[in-house]
Amino acid sequence: MSTTRPAGVDPRGPRLGAGVTTAVLAVVLVTGAWPLLALQAGVFALGAAGRSPYGPLWRAVRRALGLAPPAALEDARPLRTAQAVGLVFALVALVGVGTPVFAVAVSAALVAAFLNAAFGLCLGCELHLFLLTHTHRRSTA
Amino acid sequence: MLLLAVLLAAATAAGLVWRARQGRVRQVQDDDAAQDLTAEVTALGAVLGERATLLQFSSAFCAPCRATRTLLAHVAGTEPGVVHVEVDAEQHLELVRRLDVRKTPTTLVLDGRGREVRRASGAPRRADVLAALPS
Repeated sequence: MSTTRPAGVDPRGPRLGAGVTTAVLAVVLVTGAWPLLALQAGVFALGAAGRSPYGPLWRAVRRALGLAPPAALEDARPLRTAQAVGLVFALVALVGVGTPVFAVAVSAALVAAFLNAAFGLCLGCELHLFLLTHTHRRSTA
Repeated sequence: MLLLAVLLAAATAAGLVWRARQGRVRQVQDDDAAQDLTAEVTALGAVLGERATLLQFSSAFCAPCRATRTLLAHVAGTEPGVVHVEVDAEQHLELVRRLDVRKTPTTLVLDGRGREVRRASGAPRRADVLAALPS
């Protein structure tokens, strides 16, 4: 194929990240602590840029527990798409602090993070191919 | 707190439904409406299987895509007249959009005349693939 091969990541890293994100968003939803959400937005932004802090965190955990390297790698780009979607929800929530928009947006991000952590269902990743097909409308097959 | 409990319960239910639906092989409308994909398969440089063609859309570093490839290649190797064709979805976005493929892996089961008769999104189970083959 003509395009460069995308980078691969250990799929357990993002899964761990989704677990931490679920916990953080649950705290934000219950307490309404928007500064914590602002921090989470920063983490989403790093993830969208391909620099998620949970990658190094997972590698540290892996080493500490003496776990094996990944059996298979996962495409990093859909994961970045997912983090970008998370960032959008976090920003919407931050703009909507003090209104019902806050709880709705945090709830949506929380459900997505939970599904990823508990079931391995990455909603943002599922959007990746859809977004590609709908932003490259004129390209030839 | 109540909201959090309700959200997590609903998400758990949705997750269980999603997991149960993964890889399920669905019938494509009724047989009369089945889309003829002979030209598309030819354009991919492949030849239709006499009995069936398993047209798999994949993407790079996709673990279920790899599992699906192994399964379908094995089915094609053991079932007479069955061919496995794998397509990199990102290299064929126009086709992906036209066929309404929304995720990888998605497998289209084409009959001997190149018409799409079944479709599975997510990694299908072996028994379901075998059952979906035209007799």
